[in-house]
Amino acid sequence: MNYIDLFRATLPETALEVAALLVLVVDLGFLRRVAMKTRVAVAALLGIAGCAAALWAVSAAGPFSWGDDVLLTAGGSAGVAQCAILVLTALTLLLLVDADFTRNAGEYVAVLLMAAAGGLIISAALDLLVIFVGLELLSLGLYILTAFAKRSGKSAEAAMKYYLFGGMSAAFLLFGFSYLYGLCDSTNLHEIALAATVGRANGATPLLYIALVMIAAGLGFKVAAVPFHLWAPDTYEGAPAPAAAFIASVSKVASFALLISIGSALTHIFDSFHTGIVFVRFGFPTRYLGLQAPWELILTVLAVASMVFGNLAALAQSSVRRLLAYSAIAHAGYILLGLAFFSWSNMSAQAILYYIVTYGLTTIAAFGVVGVVERANGSDKMDAFLGLHKRNPMLAAVMLVLFLSLAGIPPLVGFWAKFNLFAAVLKVSGGAVPFTLVALAVAFSAVSLYYYLQVLKRVYVMPGPDESPIKAHPVTMATLVVIAAAVVVLGCFPALLQNWIAGFYPAI
Amino acid sequence: MLAYAIYISFAGALIAALLPKGRPALARWWALGVAVAGLVIGGAGYAAGMGQGREVIVDALWIPSMGIHYMLAADGISRVLVLLTGIAAVAGVLFSWNFELRTNQFFAFYLALIGGVYGVFLSFDFFLLFVFYEIAIVPKYFLIAIWGSTRREYGAMKLALYSFVGSAMVLIGLLAAYTTAGGHSTALIDLARAGLPVSFQMWCFPLVFVGFAILAGMWPFHTWAPTGHVAAPTAASMLLAGVVMKLGAYGCLRVGIGLFPHGLDPWGFSFLGIGSWRDVFAWLAVIGIVYGALVALAQTDFKFVIGYSSVSHMGFVLLGLMTLNQIGLDGAVLQMFSHGIIAGLLFAIVGRIVYDRTHTRQLAELEPMHLSRRLPFAAWAFVIAGVASMGLPGFSGFVAELQVLVGAWRMNPWWTVVSGVGIIVGIAYIWRAMQKAFFTDVLPKPEDHPKTGWHDLGAITWPEITGVALLLICTIVVGLYPRILLDSIEPAVKALLAGGMQ
Repeated sequence: MNYIDLFRATLPETALEVAALLVLVVDLGFLRRVAMKTRVAVAALLGIAGCAAALWAVSAAGPFSWGDDVLLTAGGSAGVAQCAILVLTALTLLLLVDADFTRNAGEYVAVLLMAAAGGLIISAALDLLVIFVGLELLSLGLYILTAFAKRSGKSAEAAMKYYLFGGMSAAFLLFGFSYLYGLCDSTNLHEIALAATVGRANGATPLLYIALVMIAAGLGFKVAAVPFHLWAPDTYEGAPAPAAAFIASVSKVASFALLISIGSALTHIFDSFHTGIVFVRFGFPTRYLGLQAPWELILTVLAVASMVFGNLAALAQSSVRRLLAYSAIAHAGYILLGLAFFSWSNMSAQAILYYIVTYGLTTIAAFGVVGVVERANGSDKMDAFLGLHKRNPMLAAVMLVLFLSLAGIPPLVGFWAKFNLFAAVLKVSGGAVPFTLVALAVAFSAVSLYYYLQVLKRVYVMPGPDESPIKAHPVTMATLVVIAAAVVVLGCFPALLQNWIAGFYPAI
Repeated sequence: MLAYAIYISFAGALIAALLPKGRPALARWWALGVAVAGLVIGGAGYAAGMGQGREVIVDALWIPSMGIHYMLAADGISRVLVLLTGIAAVAGVLFSWNFELRTNQFFAFYLALIGGVYGVFLSFDFFLLFVFYEIAIVPKYFLIAIWGSTRREYGAMKLALYSFVGSAMVLIGLLAAYTTAGGHSTALIDLARAGLPVSFQMWCFPLVFVGFAILAGMWPFHTWAPTGHVAAPTAASMLLAGVVMKLGAYGCLRVGIGLFPHGLDPWGFSFLGIGSWRDVFAWLAVIGIVYGALVALAQTDFKFVIGYSSVSHMGFVLLGLMTLNQIGLDGAVLQMFSHGIIAGLLFAIVGRIVYDRTHTRQLAELEPMHLSRRLPFAAWAFVIAGVASMGLPGFSGFVAELQVLVGAWRMNPWWTVVSGVGIIVGIAYIWRAMQKAFFTDVLPKPEDHPKTGWHDLGAITWPEITGVALLLICTIVVGLYPRILLDSIEPAVKALLAGGMQ
């Protein structure tokens, strides 16, 4: 890979960085004396333009040849994730329009774009060092975004917790990476997978397991899987609403795209064998729980813990933001199940991407609604939503659609995503273990309905103390309505998004 | 053509939600129009489909990569239940004519529920059926929680959670059947032809059957039913008892028995005379019949009496399904129709005609009110509906329950004997409720008698008379000439018994 190729491969990231610098220059250079609203609007618009340019660059980047030392990939899962990251980033920028938490909109947008660039890198990266750099770029951006509401103590506290947890998990990740490099003598994911399976590292399995556990800890932090989830509720609660929306959607998409790359690398090497795939995976001494490989076992444990703990803890929440945080943990659990039973065809990757993209879309809008209600009531407690259907019927209807979709009620997109994911798990492996795990996941999504209904009950059923209408900025409202409409349309016609995703993969 | 019943209901729901807020009359007439349109389509479809077997209405690939079909079809069983839904929907609108609170929202949820119910009865794809099944569940929660009465939030949440636990079991069954069959198609016909292994059917059948049977009020998973019925506004309890419980029973029949026929095979060993899932569920149904009737006998709340009677009558449906013979299954389907009509009528009388005027449902408080003199229409209607509910000849319930009992006798006489006890207790609880609510002989003491006469309870309005007449005519017509439905049901049941879904 020469530098021209590298530049071509990083064109989307470059576009975002240029846009970030441009936002800073325009905002601090020309608009210092202009009204706050204009500055926010200009910054958001420039940011969206940057996303659009990067989106063009992503679609223009053709799939380029595979080499042994390839650093970044394009197309396939990476292409889907990059497009999704850019679209979701643009949507979170639209929610910024009537935000009042900061007077430095330009800096906020610049940091956001840089974090998104980090997300783009990790969804395409195939090399440990590039992965780490991308992750740090993303994470550092997120810490700053969390702390951006400078007048709020909660925001600062959340950022501090997030930063400390993040720093520690980055250390774990790096530790795991260093072991992996030492064992496999390469930083390329495919090389490592090959070496770990049939090569030198096969003899040193205990060290390999330690490395994998460390890496799972680092990545588990990013996707907020139990027991590495402790930052999530505080961050979701303290961060400004648009930043929380970004953390809950874009960062999740990027992190799961990275996990998909790892899963694909582990299964990709078996392309040449075609048959007997399951039996040669790693030198796992015995079968634990019917699983052959340590990575699958680790992911399964994380998945089960996240599903169970996330759903149960969400039952006890009184703050909608914390509820969304615990529900995000639960959703991460379902997706990790898909990663634990990963298919060597593209089926699992597509199902996971479908899930995470639609989940990101839904959760952005959910934070949008929370943000509007919070500005009107000064609280994100469930009781702040009392009587919302009278105060703003449209917002209430959006909320109904989003929360029912998160609960997985057909014909909304959340249901289809779950069905697709669970069907993929069962298609990969038909034994009793995956079946039990899917049954557990379905049972817990029935549990999740209870807490989503608790919120909807306040929106629609219980009378509110205050019936004055809530006004939302037309742009915010339009964004929320469009997302809710997308949730309905994609749920009724799931093939639309599915075909779009499948279009990124080379035809077999 | 029947498919338009679904589309009209959903479009009607959407438009009802967008109607202006302050115009309840507009929303009512709109809902009535939509419901009548659904009934007309259902009736026309029924008449047109008379004597025909299964006809496919729409079959399009919905999600090509997963092999999920948008497949609507109708056979005799579907047509009967679509007709029932149409009748119940119209009657429900008529009995909610006095609604003033958030009327347009009420009818939006109501019509969405109806649309989902039509969809379930017409779906011949497991995935599609599940989608409509869940669509029918959500509006119920809001209908009860917003417009209900006694402990409405508790009743609504309990109902929603029971329904979702049931549908989660069905979803697991759906995923398992789909992947076990190879993951090529979710159409019921394809799944049935896939030759699912007997060992698989053995565990998947009870899972799916119980999942659906929760909604059909099978003992011991029935406890949502009485509380839900009591908490619900009149129209919603009519729909709950009238059609939503039928969704469960229909799922048991179409999916449970149709897809996993070998799940009913003997286990190869028996314990206390129970040697198959069929025995298990038949006994649970029989227990439900007797238990529901006994508990109804002890209630002090008028609506709870009807609520528990629903559990008892749905027991007959499930018992009929478990007979697995022609006459028993005919009876089960006919009982679905019959109970839908009669329970709707009883709930309408208790919830709308009596409660909305007296504001109490306690039998002890109704006793001194002398409703037979003050609301003679209600008293007469309840006598006829009660007699129909007892299962006297000349009403639809008689034909249906008789067939179920005959079918059960052929399989295991004890089922019939024990269920017979339930019928006798059924006469007792209806009689007791009738006596206490309307025809008490406790004369008011002279000092209790108001000097200026009883305060006016309000005249019976035309929607009430129309609704009662509609439902009464249905039960009497079917009771006197059951072939009007049985001609349709019999061939469909025969086909189902002969080859499962194939």
